[in-house]
Amino acid sequence: MEWETVIGLEVHVQLATTTKIFSGASTAFGAEPNTQACAIDLAMPGTLPVPNEQAFRYAVMFGLAIDAEIGKRSVFERKNYFYPDLPKGYQTTQLESPIVGPGHVEIQLADGSTKSIRIHHAHLEEDAGKSLHEDFHGMSGIDLNRAGTPLIEIVSEPDMRSAEEAVAFARKLHSIVTSLGICDGEMSQGSMRFDVNISVRPKGTEEFGTRTETKNLNSFKFMEDCIALEVERQIDLIEDGGSVIQETRLYNGDTKVARSMRSKEEANDYRYFPCPDLLPVEIDDEFIEAVRQTLPELPDARQQRFVEQYKLSEYDAGILAADSATAHYFESTTEKCGDAKLAANWVMGEVSAHLNAEEKDITSSPVNTDMLAGLIARIKDNTISNKIAKQVFEDMWQGEGDADAIIEAKGLKQMSDTGELEKIVDEVIAANQAMLEDWLASEPDKRKKKMGGFMGPIMKATKGQANPGLVNQILAKKLNSML
Amino acid sequence: MHNLTIAELIQGLRNKDFSSVELTRHYLDRIARLDSRYNSYITVTEDIAMAQAKEADERLALGDAPALCGVPIAHKDIFCTNGVRTSCGSKMLDNFIPPYDATVVENYRKAGAVMLGKVNMDEFAMGSSNESSFYGPVKNPWNTNCVPGGSSGGSAAAVAAHLAPASTATDTGGSIRQPASLCGLTGLKPTYGRVSRWGMIAFASSLDQGGPLTRTAEDAAIMLNTMASFDAKDSTCVDQPLEDYTAGLNNSLQGLRIGVPKEYFGEGLEAQTGERVQAAIKEFEKLGAEIKEISLPHTDLSVPAYYVIAPAECSANLSRFDGVRYGYRCEDPKDLNDLYKRSRGEGFGEEVKRRILVGSYALSAGYYDAYYRKAQQVRRLIKQDFVDAFNEVDVIMGPTATSPAFEFGAKSSDPVAMYLEDIYTIATNLAGLPGVSIPCGLVDNKPVGLQLIGNFFAEGKLLNAAHQFQQVTDHHKQTAPDID
Repeated sequence: MEWETVIGLEVHVQLATTTKIFSGASTAFGAEPNTQACAIDLAMPGTLPVPNEQAFRYAVMFGLAIDAEIGKRSVFERKNYFYPDLPKGYQTTQLESPIVGPGHVEIQLADGSTKSIRIHHAHLEEDAGKSLHEDFHGMSGIDLNRAGTPLIEIVSEPDMRSAEEAVAFARKLHSIVTSLGICDGEMSQGSMRFDVNISVRPKGTEEFGTRTETKNLNSFKFMEDCIALEVERQIDLIEDGGSVIQETRLYNGDTKVARSMRSKEEANDYRYFPCPDLLPVEIDDEFIEAVRQTLPELPDARQQRFVEQYKLSEYDAGILAADSATAHYFESTTEKCGDAKLAANWVMGEVSAHLNAEEKDITSSPVNTDMLAGLIARIKDNTISNKIAKQVFEDMWQGEGDADAIIEAKGLKQMSDTGELEKIVDEVIAANQAMLEDWLASEPDKRKKKMGGFMGPIMKATKGQANPGLVNQILAKKLNSML
Repeated sequence: MHNLTIAELIQGLRNKDFSSVELTRHYLDRIARLDSRYNSYITVTEDIAMAQAKEADERLALGDAPALCGVPIAHKDIFCTNGVRTSCGSKMLDNFIPPYDATVVENYRKAGAVMLGKVNMDEFAMGSSNESSFYGPVKNPWNTNCVPGGSSGGSAAAVAAHLAPASTATDTGGSIRQPASLCGLTGLKPTYGRVSRWGMIAFASSLDQGGPLTRTAEDAAIMLNTMASFDAKDSTCVDQPLEDYTAGLNNSLQGLRIGVPKEYFGEGLEAQTGERVQAAIKEFEKLGAEIKEISLPHTDLSVPAYYVIAPAECSANLSRFDGVRYGYRCEDPKDLNDLYKRSRGEGFGEEVKRRILVGSYALSAGYYDAYYRKAQQVRRLIKQDFVDAFNEVDVIMGPTATSPAFEFGAKSSDPVAMYLEDIYTIATNLAGLPGVSIPCGLVDNKPVGLQLIGNFFAEGKLLNAAHQFQQVTDHHKQTAPDID
């Protein structure tokens, strides 16, 4: 039987506010445990929450970015459960009246097609602390620095049909929230975490299969692997005559092993009710319009602008426009070197490859836009070939200075002196009589290809610095004159 | 000195009739000598009191004295006090020393008041008799076989026994007004949002409100002047201009429209209590007020609605007491569940556990609509009753409690009988309105109270009416026997 995968995502996005959602404590990552938890975060008796306006502004920005209706009256509720890293014994979140209503996000797939993924809603809530199970001799430690960090939880409709779509959607959300500047996007620090709801059904049927939820994935790669594994598990189960049970699962991305965490029967009754310490938050049109005025350019709009302004392909524009840092790097390089096509190739090629290899962010690239533009300028004026340029780029990456300095210091300047090149071509032809005989004897339509045989020795003789286009012209002229 | 009102103490201190050190010493000595009879204090803060009194005397000498400079008061042990154990009447917080002051405590400190100590209360303010305190029951100074009312029983007994000139208190369903009624005091519950809840340990957040217990309406006005504030740390605090509540005390009551709800005089009201209340209302007629019978048709639904909403909120509010970060933790927990179960099982008393269970049940999947949502709908109807009534009248009057103080044990085995104790006070909490109880006579040598309910933020008008009544009557001057 042919199976169809159905995927929905719940995405937790930590908002980049400087203070917590209901207290004045700092949200900075990486501090000593419990040094960024004030009396409110510790749920000391008698303390009360006061909402952080910036968190609302950020949530509204997200809502506007996905073309959603903004909840004019948004209500916080208490979600009750006991856990040591949940100091109040309830999480303050939203249920019936979230701040962001239904919206949609467009994704592009590798085959060039696009698809719209519906967002059910997004709500504001507070993050919990962390339980630390090492170094406490059989006990657990609790770090409440993260407790009270503002989150928006984005809940999609079950609109995705493959791991590829799910990852494209996740990447798009990452691109939107980082472009808006409402999240730092640092997945390894937990700034974005994904819960994936997965089910399978026979292709062509309408009814959804029983779903499982895998919680807290924090990398696109883990998500992709986890979906593949879970889809296979569900199909095997059903094909072996069993059935999928609704449960919450955990996936370990390092060992690539998933396990059941709890079944539906063991699920908590969260006993939601409106939080009496917080009044409903009324958001008026004036506030929404003011936020709209501050919205930066969003990835989709930027992509279209890149296509029109720089004549890039949709695909290239999509990659360069996905996050604002990359987009800025590309545009800055283009402005300085005056060649968008070359700039795009270099950013998506060497720059991106080097960043990935070293797990660096583009903002901390050792090759800045001045240096890259300088390099591209030398390619354009034929000072160096593409091949040499890659070598110069590597040297720039290693901190050996800018392109001109490296070209000068290493004598990499391309030979474009016609007289000198003619001399070298003559010498190479003279030294390779067998190759010449062969060329002269070959069929006319093979001659062009066979001419390439002379290029190797010529390049060797010039240490790779010969201008290949020029060499080709000279070589063709000389050989043809011998026919 | 211990027979003087706050108004008289402020005058005496400024006239140098006595110093704050003398006054404070006098009260501390009385507490040491007499409180074993009443058990009204949980913690006496002698060192703090004497230091504050000394500082107050210095400021008085310099002529730089804020409103309550040198006046000793007691704080209900529900208000967090920086560096001083704040128990909320519970074993759970027997070891809890907050690193911060409640806004109410801070307001009094800034106004120069002297803190005598922390007074007893029903555990987590849950109770109407002060029998649920971990620190033992408080006795009514008028009759020590009887309860002082609750939950602010310690506050009321301390003021009635003249072991404090005034006390802070809180009222979630009648916890200021009912003890005021049973102990012959003036007790004011302000409009919800008038007094900051920051640092006031929560029972039911949408109903809790701090207020004063005093001997006179004038003292209540003076106390409220300091207690009321807009506090950005409490999101439910209302940003309403502050007023001087003493300014209108002497206004005439000519033409004041008083509504008397017929539902407040039905079955359940002890006959003589009803007579005292009716007689008091007649007194207002002599002062120029017009009396009119009104109806608050949903009155009988207020107790059931309250006993869904208050337990539901408390079930979440008390989840933080889990033995993890502060407060009581059981010995040698075997694992996390054992830690939770035994810390909470051993740390909370019976009434608190009952309400957590009731509240958790009312919020459970499948029951939410039938209980919690329905109770919130009823709450809106009750509020609407008052909105309609205040279109026709300025003040609503009736009994505060169904009877004078009852004996220990009389209702403690029957939770529903105990809950009905607050039948006349609960509706104002559900509606968020201010209410005040003032003494209006004795039944069997025990005081009974008249309740005045006002419109939102009409504390000034309520205190004006109460003060005018106290100018022509002397019920408030009656004191409990043997307090000297």
